[in-house]
Amino acid sequence: MDPLLAARLQMAMSMGFHIIFACIGMTMPVLMAYSEWKWLKTGEQVYLDLTKAWSKGVAIFFAVGAVSGTVLSFELGLLWPEFMEHAGAIIGMPFSWEGTAFFIEAIALGLFLYGWKRMNKWAHWVSGVVVGISGVMSGILVVAANGWMNSPTGFDYVNGEYINIDPVAAMLNAAWFSEALHMTLAAFVSTSFAVAGVHAILLLKDRTNVFHQKATQLALIFGSVAALLIPISGDIAAKDVAKRQPAKLAAMEALYHTEQPASLIIGGIPNDETETVDYAIHIPYALSFLAHGDFNAEVTGLDKIPKDERPPVLVTHFAFQIMIGCGSILAFVGLLYLFFSWRKQEMLTRTWWLRLLAFCTPLGFLAVEAGWTVTEVGRQPWIIYGYMKTEDAVSTMPGLEYSFYLITGIYIMLTIVVAWLMQRQIKTVHLMYSTANKTGKIGNKNAIKAALGQENN
Amino acid sequence: MVEFVMLTLGIALFLYTVLGGADFGAGIVEMLVGKRSISTISKAIAPVWEANHVWLILVIVVIFNGFPKVYSTLSLVLHLPLMAVLVGIILRGTTFTFRHYDVLEDGTHKYYTAIFRISSIITPIFLGIILGAMILGNITLDQSQGFYGMFVAPWFNWFCLAMGVFSLGLFTLISAVFLIGEVETEEGREIMSRLSKRLLIVNLILGILVMLSAENEGFPLIQSFLAAPFSLTMVILASILIPVLIRFINQNAILKMRVTMGAIIAMIMVGWAIVQYPTFIQFSDGTSLTIENTQAPPATFRQLVIALAVGVSLIIPATIYLFRVFKWGNDD
Repeated sequence: MDPLLAARLQMAMSMGFHIIFACIGMTMPVLMAYSEWKWLKTGEQVYLDLTKAWSKGVAIFFAVGAVSGTVLSFELGLLWPEFMEHAGAIIGMPFSWEGTAFFIEAIALGLFLYGWKRMNKWAHWVSGVVVGISGVMSGILVVAANGWMNSPTGFDYVNGEYINIDPVAAMLNAAWFSEALHMTLAAFVSTSFAVAGVHAILLLKDRTNVFHQKATQLALIFGSVAALLIPISGDIAAKDVAKRQPAKLAAMEALYHTEQPASLIIGGIPNDETETVDYAIHIPYALSFLAHGDFNAEVTGLDKIPKDERPPVLVTHFAFQIMIGCGSILAFVGLLYLFFSWRKQEMLTRTWWLRLLAFCTPLGFLAVEAGWTVTEVGRQPWIIYGYMKTEDAVSTMPGLEYSFYLITGIYIMLTIVVAWLMQRQIKTVHLMYSTANKTGKIGNKNAIKAALGQENN
Repeated sequence: MVEFVMLTLGIALFLYTVLGGADFGAGIVEMLVGKRSISTISKAIAPVWEANHVWLILVIVVIFNGFPKVYSTLSLVLHLPLMAVLVGIILRGTTFTFRHYDVLEDGTHKYYTAIFRISSIITPIFLGIILGAMILGNITLDQSQGFYGMFVAPWFNWFCLAMGVFSLGLFTLISAVFLIGEVETEEGREIMSRLSKRLLIVNLILGILVMLSAENEGFPLIQSFLAAPFSLTMVILASILIPVLIRFINQNAILKMRVTMGAIIAMIMVGWAIVQYPTFIQFSDGTSLTIENTQAPPATFRQLVIALAVGVSLIIPATIYLFRVFKWGNDD
């Protein structure tokens, strides 16, 4: 395998794996802290049970997120030593702040997970809030580094040297705000809808279960609001990309030829040979408006970009369509939820609604994966946009593909094990918490074994 | 400024050795004393283990932000042992949590336990190997050396291997001493005390092996210590503390033995750091990457210092609070 391809695949796989756990790590603490707050205010047992049940799953996700994040911090160097040698001094700053945020998060999580009996109720709640804040902060800070790769700033590039380094300017790069906003909202949308979906599936089996009802509701409050805001952050991000990275925007939209006014291309199969998009829907003027806020604006096509600086069109365009598709569905479902809970609460227990939520379970994460694919593949062939090509940054160690096989094997195995552990938690949740249960058998070992399909002995 | 960064780096390394080391060692202690200890170990480590391992991330961040050339060189030439460390970190961290947070302890747990133990061995060994390779001076950036010469030989030798086994022994010792104060039964405490004393002897032997293997590789380790009076003093002091540690173990004085253990580690590390100063990586052609010639520009360094100062002033009290809640509080 070509070393560049091996390194890119390993990076993509590691990021794609980690981002799921990072999203959960950013969102779940907020959901748990909200649920615990409801318990502290109302004294309703169901909120306490919910907080505890969620925290068990979060502990597993957090551990996987922590190690896969550690892996990434090494992989930056293992795969791209040339990049890190120059980028380290310029864009290390957000990482050093992120280190602190992550540290605080790990400490607060230890207190939150294990401190139920050892801390005052409110101190415990505060530890949950701290986990949430520091988790979101970590995410925002790490995205600053990606923003810099897309809009490098804070240095002068003279004769192949990066001089006059200004790390603060590098951190406050032009892409940071839009990327971080979009990513944070995406974390909330994806995790909240996944949580709501899982509880909706359980509700389909047991309609009157208060535990799952409250869980779905809590998750959807956050999910819906974020899903309605995300088109706005997406629009900000798209306009920003149109201005800074016309090549990426052209690849996203599969716009081979510069147009004025430009039409929006939906779907279709981009063909690099003929430079056409087959079977696509064209909406006149729409792209000009979306990219530049003006129906008659010119939108740069790939024809203005030198051939060796064009990102892969097919992957970028498909990924973009998937992201928009999933995001739109979730925004619509979010709108429905807000409307139903305002005017037509009886709809929220209907079978079709629960089935719709179940269908939405993976969509947010799918959109997150697709969105990162757009950002990363759309930046190619650059690792530092306009300054360093990815092929020049890759490690010179022979046999990089074996690293890729190894890490892939481990992550596939971890995915299977985490899924297996989660289904065990889900299958037994009614035996652990009184509010999720109607038969009154709490914590009965034989019942738990039976629920997991094991013989009693 | 550079002094502050190096001090923070040193403290982070020390805390990772002591806290992270105790976690790694726990996997081996568990293997040595058997299944009974699992619940004790899980109980002792679970609340703090995530935080213990973040010290490593802090070390990485300081190196790649403050000394980027060191980070990029290490990740290029020590790719293989670093991958081994990563695999160990992934498997260990996840299986520990899987085992602890599963709904039911059943047959599947023996797989987590097996992987947890194996990765608890692999990781410290390769951490030691990496450290050994950095100081030994076999590292080269000369592509003509071929795959073996450039990517394997610098770390695959008796000295690095001895460093690896020494780290493993040290981590196990730290863990055993720490666990004396965590086990709940009198019998368990005796087993841990006996194990700690045996491990002390094992570590002395391993330390001698490190020196002998250094001689074998033509690396003047002993001579460098002899040439640095301060370092020599540190090593002598650390040796004097060993019988003191044994005494505290016999007296079952928990806090005293933990502090003494920490002091021994700190002295070895300080002594070694002085010998090593200011070199990060020694190349085979005699040149080296040092604190001076790899430093990021002043503007970057200033920001790093600010971030570290704020970070440390938040992290240290938070860590102390965490430990107070779980380690020095009364059991429920």
